[in-house]
Amino acid sequence: MNYQYPDARGHFGEYGGRYVAETLMPALLELEQAYAEAKADPEFQREFDYYLRNYVGRPSPLYFAERLTQELGGAKIYLKREDLNHTGAHKVNNTVGQILLAKRMGKKKVIAETGAGQHGVATATVAALFGMECEVFMGKEDIRRQALNVFRMKLLGAKVIEVTSGTATLKDAMNDALRHWVTHVRDTFYVIGTVAGPHPYPELVRDFQSVIGTEAKQQLQEAEGRLPDVAVACIGGGSNAMGLFYPFIDDATVDLLGVEAAGLGVDTDKHAASISAGSPGVLHGNKTYLLQDDDGQIQHAHSISAGLDYPGVGPEHALLNDIERAEYVSVTDDEALDAFQKLTKVEGIIPALESAHAIAQVIKLAPTLGKDKILLVSLSGRGDKDMHTVADALEERLKAQG
Amino acid sequence: MSRIEATFAALEQRKETALIPFITAGDPSLETTLELIHTLSSAGADVIELGMPFSDPMADGPTIQAASERSLAVGTTIAQVLQLVTEVRKTNQVPLVLMGYYNPIFHYGTERFVKDAAAAGVDALLLVDLPPEEADEINQYLVSTEIDLITLLAPTTPVERMQRLAAAAKGYIYYVSMTGVTGAQKIAPEDIRAAVVELKGYAKVPVGVGFGISTAADASAVGAFADGVVVGSALVKIIEKYGQSEQLLPEVAKFIVELKASIVS
Repeated sequence: MNYQYPDARGHFGEYGGRYVAETLMPALLELEQAYAEAKADPEFQREFDYYLRNYVGRPSPLYFAERLTQELGGAKIYLKREDLNHTGAHKVNNTVGQILLAKRMGKKKVIAETGAGQHGVATATVAALFGMECEVFMGKEDIRRQALNVFRMKLLGAKVIEVTSGTATLKDAMNDALRHWVTHVRDTFYVIGTVAGPHPYPELVRDFQSVIGTEAKQQLQEAEGRLPDVAVACIGGGSNAMGLFYPFIDDATVDLLGVEAAGLGVDTDKHAASISAGSPGVLHGNKTYLLQDDDGQIQHAHSISAGLDYPGVGPEHALLNDIERAEYVSVTDDEALDAFQKLTKVEGIIPALESAHAIAQVIKLAPTLGKDKILLVSLSGRGDKDMHTVADALEERLKAQG
Repeated sequence: MSRIEATFAALEQRKETALIPFITAGDPSLETTLELIHTLSSAGADVIELGMPFSDPMADGPTIQAASERSLAVGTTIAQVLQLVTEVRKTNQVPLVLMGYYNPIFHYGTERFVKDAAAAGVDALLLVDLPPEEADEINQYLVSTEIDLITLLAPTTPVERMQRLAAAAKGYIYYVSMTGVTGAQKIAPEDIRAAVVELKGYAKVPVGVGFGISTAADASAVGAFADGVVVGSALVKIIEKYGQSEQLLPEVAKFIVELKASIVS
C-alpha cells in the first residue's frame, strides 16, 4: 500500500480541502508554505523533539495492562499512556508543534477552540511557555461541565471567551474562533485542536500527533518483538486516533479501530457518531462525515464526554473509512461509564471519559480474540477533569435503580 | 445578456451605483420574503442577495446569525427557497443572487441544485465558504447555465491573486470591505477607496462593496467609487424589529428609498 495523503490540494480522496472565506484563504496558503518549510527543517524537528522530551515528558510509557488482560481473558492489552503527558492528555503534542510554528511565523497571539477544555489548557500552557497572548473559545454548556479546566486556563493567563451562539458546545466554539480569526487574521495564529478544519490543519495536527504511534510501535517492538494486531482509539475529531493510526497505515496486518461516541445510542438523536451514523458534508473548512438533517443543517451532537461532543470528524478518518483501511464502531455513554470504572478498579488508572470509549471497545473485543493477540490502545487522557460528570452520572444511575 | 449584465449596463448609462440589499429567505417567513423582494425592487434595489439559511454561518455576525436561526425555526428548506424564486419570477425580473454556505447545496446534490436554480430563475450564487480552490465542483455544472458564481475578494487577498481572480470573475465582484464578519464594524470608506479603485482596474465586471455599510451616508461615500453597495445587517435589523407587523414593508421601503437616493447623483 502506498498511502500518500493529503494530495497537493489538501484533499484526502474526496474529503478535506479548504472550504473557507476568501479573507482566510491567504492565511491558509501562508500556513501551508510555512509548515512545508518547517517540516523539511531539521532545526524545527529538533526543537519540537526537545520540548516533547523535556517539557511534555515523552516518550510516554507503553504499559501492559496485565490485570485487565487477565480479567477479560483474551488478547494482551497494551495502553499507550498519553494520560501521563504534561497537562494530562495527548493534546499537548499538537499545541507544542503549532506554537513553534506560530513563533517561526512571527505571530504573537494565538486562539483556540475547546470542548472538554483539554485542548484549551494545552494551548494556554504553551502560550504561557512562549509568552504569547492566548484566547480560548468555549461553549457556555462546556464551561459549566468543565469548570476546573476553565480555572486552569485562566491561571495560565489565557482569556476564556464564553460562546453562546448555536448549541453553545464545541462546534459553536469553533464557529466563533473562526469568526475571531477572520477578524484578526493578520496577527493571530489559530491553534486547531484536532485533525479537522481547512488544509493544512488535518495534515499538520496528524504529523504532530503521530509521535503517539511512532513511539508505541517501537515500544511494542521492544516488549513483544512484533506489531499489534489491532490499534484502538476513541474519536471525536480524531487527533489521538490519527496520531496512533498513521505510523501503522502501511502495516496491512494491523487492524485500525476507531471508537465514536454513541451517546444514548446511534438509533436515537443523541449521539456523536459522525462516521457510523452521519453522511458526507462540508463544515469548518473541510469535507467529511457530519451529523446533519435532510436539508444539510448541522445537528446537535451528544456525548457524556465533552471532548467527543462534535458533529464531525477529521477528513482523513472519512477516507480511511471509505477505503476500508480503518473500521469505525461506537460505544454508548453507559458503556463508557462502565469502562471508566473498570479500568479505575482493575488497573488504578482513571481514564478521561473520552479514552473510556476506547477501553469500552477493548472490553468487548479482547475476550473474542486469542491470548496470542495484541491490542494497542491509546489512553488519550486522564479523568481528573471528569470527576463531576462521572459523580453526577453514577448518582443518576443509582436513583434509576431505586 | 444576463439580467445582471443588463442591470449594470443600464446603471452605467444613468451613471448610477447599484443598490444591492441582502435579506435572509424565510425571515420571518417565506410569504413575507416574497413581499419583501417586491418591496425592495420597487423601492430601488437593483440586485437582491437572498440568504439561504444555515445552522453554522461562520462568516456572519450576530444579526445575520439570528436571521438564519429565525428562518430555520420556521422550517425553511433549500427546496422552498428555490420555489420562492420561481414565485418571484412570475412577476418580477430583478436579478437574484442566492447567498449562503455550501453544505446545504452539497447535501441537496450540487448538480441537482444547479439545475433547479437555473429553472427557477436564479442569476448568481455567492457561496461564502467555497473559494476558487474548491469551486470546480460547482463550476462543472454552472458552465452549461446562465448562473454566475460571484467572486469574493478581501483586504487580505494579495495583489497577484486579486489580479488573477478579478480577471476571471463573472457577474460582479463582491469586495469584502474589512477583515471580519458581517455587521460587526462600521466601514471607513476612505480607507478602502484606493483598494477598490485598484481592483476596478483589474476587473472586467462591476465591483460591489459590502460589510459595514449601514447608513445612507456610508452608501453615498462608498458609492462614490464602487459600482455597487451591499447593505445586509442594517436591513436585517429592520426586519428583526418589525417582524410580521404591518409596518415592516413601509419601513423597509423607506430605508431602501433613502439608500438609493444617496447613491444616485
